Amino acid sequence: MNFVALKMLVADRAKYFSLIFAIAFASFLLANQISIFIGIMTRPSSQIQDVVDADIWVMDPQTLYSNEVYALRDYDLYRVRSVPGVEWAVPLYKGNGRAKGPDGRFRTVILMGLDDATLVGAPRKMLVGSIRDLDQPDAAIIDKAGYLYFFPGQPLEAGKTLQMNEKRVLIVGISDASAPFESFPVLHTRYSQALGFVGRERNLLSFVLAKPASGASAEKVSRGIEAATGLRARSTAEFSLDAFLFYLRNTGIPVNFGITVVIALVVGTVIPGQTFYIFTVESLKQFGALKAIGVTNRRIVGMILLQALVVGGTGYALGMGITAAFFARTMNYLPTRGIIFPWEVMASVGVVVLLVVGLASLISIRRALVLEPAVVFRG
Amino acid sequence: MTANGIAVSSKEVTKVFGRGDTQVHALRGIDLDIRLGELTMLVGPSGSGKTTLLSVITGLLNASSGDLMVLGRRPAKLSSEELVLFRRENLGFVFQQFNLIPALTAAENVAVPLLASGAKRQQAVERGKEFLATLGMAHRAQALPSELSGGEQQRVALARALIHDPKLIVCDEPTSALDGRTGHAVMELLSAAAVRPDRAVIIVTHDARIFDFAHQIAHMDDGRITSLEENRRNPPSADGFTAALAAVPAGEQEQRFYPATGG
Repeated sequence: MNFVALKMLVADRAKYFSLIFAIAFASFLLANQISIFIGIMTRPSSQIQDVVDADIWVMDPQTLYSNEVYALRDYDLYRVRSVPGVEWAVPLYKGNGRAKGPDGRFRTVILMGLDDATLVGAPRKMLVGSIRDLDQPDAAIIDKAGYLYFFPGQPLEAGKTLQMNEKRVLIVGISDASAPFESFPVLHTRYSQALGFVGRERNLLSFVLAKPASGASAEKVSRGIEAATGLRARSTAEFSLDAFLFYLRNTGIPVNFGITVVIALVVGTVIPGQTFYIFTVESLKQFGALKAIGVTNRRIVGMILLQALVVGGTGYALGMGITAAFFARTMNYLPTRGIIFPWEVMASVGVVVLLVVGLASLISIRRALVLEPAVVFRG
Repeated sequence: MTANGIAVSSKEVTKVFGRGDTQVHALRGIDLDIRLGELTMLVGPSGSGKTTLLSVITGLLNASSGDLMVLGRRPAKLSSEELVLFRRENLGFVFQQFNLIPALTAAENVAVPLLASGAKRQQAVERGKEFLATLGMAHRAQALPSELSGGEQQRVALARALIHDPKLIVCDEPTSALDGRTGHAVMELLSAAAVRPDRAVIIVTHDARIFDFAHQIAHMDDGRITSLEENRRNPPSADGFTAALAAVPAGEQEQRFYPATGG
């Protein structure tokens, strides 16, 4: 009877395609909104994630997340280095400054001051130049989005200059740094150079970046640093989570996006569920005739489940295809760069679609099962 | 099956819907024997209990009381699963509104009872085509119900009712959706193709124009059989079947005279 079920499903093309479209649209809406939400909420930790050489971040005990930093004292670096389990530790400056372009336009920038000797924390991917070019006087590496802000429409090339704190900033390279939450340009320079690019502060040491000794876990060594120095130490994963949670608790983004996702979930549940339910209810007379003829309830259930599976599977696949195409299109667009379509979202939406269609099927099946086959005698 | 040639034996069968003040006595003690090899009509005004009796006989509704035997079995004693199997193997249905599945072709609709019994799709549909051919509908085998006239749809429904060779055919107002001429032709076909010595046919109708096709007519009113009328006819023959095919209205002659197979 499977082919009967499938023919019943596709007989009315308009109804069939509206079912498929409803599920595809709902899947797309859910996957799209959840992916964008995750993408935006991971941006506050993008500068943390970009530092791949060190696994531990040490900071002032009152520092809650990476964008609001109270500077350490210079000798804290040596205290961290003395903790057992720490293989090495280097200084990192992270702060905001104002950069001015040649045409006078200026913008707040995120300035990362890297350890002069090791350049730990340098950009992972360079589009132009090399991180070793930072050895030059006044050198800085700027991210692509920042470069295009200051030099719109110009080819990506080294040698251009900006001005920070009345000092020349020589662009020696262009990086593909992850997009920060505030969408500010990201500049990398040497720690000693950063002193000149920002207004003089008494202490400049934002973070101490450390590497645990071989075989030691970053979390365990972090607890050791905290115990030995009284400073706050977090592994990269912990610090990223801190940033995520800070924005979750202190901004309206999660609430607003949460509402959107809930609406998407409701729309995504109600539209396909109701459409499939109506489809089955409209087929009740046919199911009644089949039951009268001698088709068992089990077979009727199988037919409805098969219809649900085909509709759900096709709609979901189409929805995921549209979502993938959407993110393939937007991932290289500067404002939305880095917002991707995680496979976990795809899998989760699949589960949701399965539940929605399953629920609609169960309600429909109930109607079909309690249907008196004698209904076929009522003209 | 039945030792005495009785397909359906009903003694004091009642059917009550609802409870208390809203109680409705749809059947009030039905005594009726329906014989094999005969066409029995249940006739009467709307609300007289005809369709309820048909539903009870076919096991689609349970009788409230009384003793009902259908083809040697008591539907009341069968589980719902057994009832489904019993209907599938022994009963053929023709409905007032045909109840063909709109998505299936005529041949596929005819094949549904075979498919329900687990037959392979291709074999069942092939058999459906053959069976349609015997009713002069070979050339319409691939047509959807929406492409068929009312008379053609009812012939497809008749083929669906007969394809698995059931022992009891039940028809609910088979001519009420058809014009007089087509209805008469369908009845001739039904009478000739369905009535056999080992099979009984029950028709619910209030279409007086087709009463002549009945061997027995049970007049019903207010849930009771008010009179039982015998109308002895010659048993149908192969000639009768050919004549029945020839009686199909002029608009459908092409189908009648040029069946693709069988015929």
